[in-house]
Amino acid sequence: MKKFTPVIKVKGYATQQSKKLSENTLKKTQIASIFFAEVASVFIFIGVLIKETFSRDFEFKEFFRQCFQIGYKSLPLISVTGAIMGLVLTIQTRPVLVDFGAVSLLPGMVSLSLIREIGPVITALICAGKVGSGMGAELGSMKVTEQIEAMEVSSINPMRFLVVTRVLAATLMIPLLVLYADALGILGSWIGVNIKGDVSFTLFFSQAFSVVNFADFLPALVKSFFFGAVIGLVGCYNGYNAGRGTESVGVAANTAVVQASLLVIIIDLIAVQVTDMIL
Amino acid sequence: MILNQADIITNSSHAAHGDEAVIEIANLSKSFGDQEVLKDVSLKLFKGENLVVLGKSGSGKSVLIKCIVRLLNSDSGTINVFDKEIMSLNRDELSEVRKKIGFLFQSGALYDSMTVKQNLEFHLKRIKRELSKSEIEEKIAEVLKNVGLPDSMNRMPSELSGGMKKRISLARTIVVDPEIMLYDEPTTGLDPVTSDEISLLINEVQEKYKTSSIIITHDIAVARTNANRIVMLLDGKIYLEGNLEMFENSTDPNIKSFFK
Repeated sequence: MKKFTPVIKVKGYATQQSKKLSENTLKKTQIASIFFAEVASVFIFIGVLIKETFSRDFEFKEFFRQCFQIGYKSLPLISVTGAIMGLVLTIQTRPVLVDFGAVSLLPGMVSLSLIREIGPVITALICAGKVGSGMGAELGSMKVTEQIEAMEVSSINPMRFLVVTRVLAATLMIPLLVLYADALGILGSWIGVNIKGDVSFTLFFSQAFSVVNFADFLPALVKSFFFGAVIGLVGCYNGYNAGRGTESVGVAANTAVVQASLLVIIIDLIAVQVTDMIL
Repeated sequence: MILNQADIITNSSHAAHGDEAVIEIANLSKSFGDQEVLKDVSLKLFKGENLVVLGKSGSGKSVLIKCIVRLLNSDSGTINVFDKEIMSLNRDELSEVRKKIGFLFQSGALYDSMTVKQNLEFHLKRIKRELSKSEIEEKIAEVLKNVGLPDSMNRMPSELSGGMKKRISLARTIVVDPEIMLYDEPTTGLDPVTSDEISLLINEVQEKYKTSSIIITHDIAVARTNANRIVMLLDGKIYLEGNLEMFENSTDPNIKSFFK
């Protein structure tokens, strides 16, 4: 049998380069497949969540417990933040308005800023830190200690009990916290105005709300629902899909905060654009 | 019903188990990436018996029982539980089969945000929907008495010792009257005295609740106390299957290293 001899001998350098190229291609393919697998996993998670939300046997007790945890237990933090937001905004803006002789516009300006933008975004960012990380850590630690598997193996749907209740509670509670933060922000602003002046409570509030109409409230409220849903979803997704070791609990909590905060900002941008187009 | 140790050992070693297989595994294989964890495993669990699956850490024991309840999907082979092929069941059908299986996790897996009573109630209310509030209370009290912890109802899992957690976890599993029990390393991390107590409790459960059990362990004391039959896994394959005597008298170095 005739022996095959290559006409062109591939030199060492070329072999090395081609090996490097194939390794790089393989690495990039792996990165891309991990990315697409993650995206698919998120969509599957959302799909299952929607399906379980409308299924029978809704866990009302756990839903109300989560509303209490997310809503009531966040009140002290939101109270302090809301009041300080209004106070700081007033103290910072007042000198400029005094220079222009427009100090009477201060209550309206503060209330508009708070209701339209600062209230929803700051409240959502705080909740992303508190609620999102809490969900990520709680579900992550349940995953690590096999509590989620214990539910699953006992024919109890962990998605329905743990995820649906938390996401719905966050979606409902965060808009309410936003309204509460807005109210306390306006109160804080009134206190700020009274540090260097003397304005009655009723006068301040009538001035504050004289410039605010329904078109200011509604978009802010609608985007707050989206903020709540995203915070709940991201927190639960990261916790539910945490790895096996204790380290993964920290990673789940951390990732939940980072992703939820980023998504809040992105949703805010989209909401502003959409509102601008519609109104 | 608390039996003494001698009774339990005698009862368990003479436990009558029929020919009816409640779990039938054929040619089961499972890999994680390149690592083949289970290779062509076939075994049966007969009604009323305690089958101990022995093996070193990483031999695929836990993967085996997780495949049985489909916490993990097998790559090939079949698993029949009560004549139903687990891999072909839809979610509702799988849920019905799972209701008949109790799974004791290595860590206990108690819900740490709930009290002991709430842990038991949580399963009972969702699986045995027909029970009234008073029946649930009665059942919880009875099961806690059976595991020897009648006064722990209002304690949180964080207030319990390792052995107590295992007992409560066992109580949570048996409270729904499963027909099959799967124990994943039931004595790992416990002192020898508590380990013995848990082993005896496993036999009590078999006696009282007429369960068929697979006990995953590397603890020879558990095999000696609980086994009606033993299967040894080595590198993902069944290495030897037989009774305790056969294992005790084996001259095979792999088996002797366990039964020193």
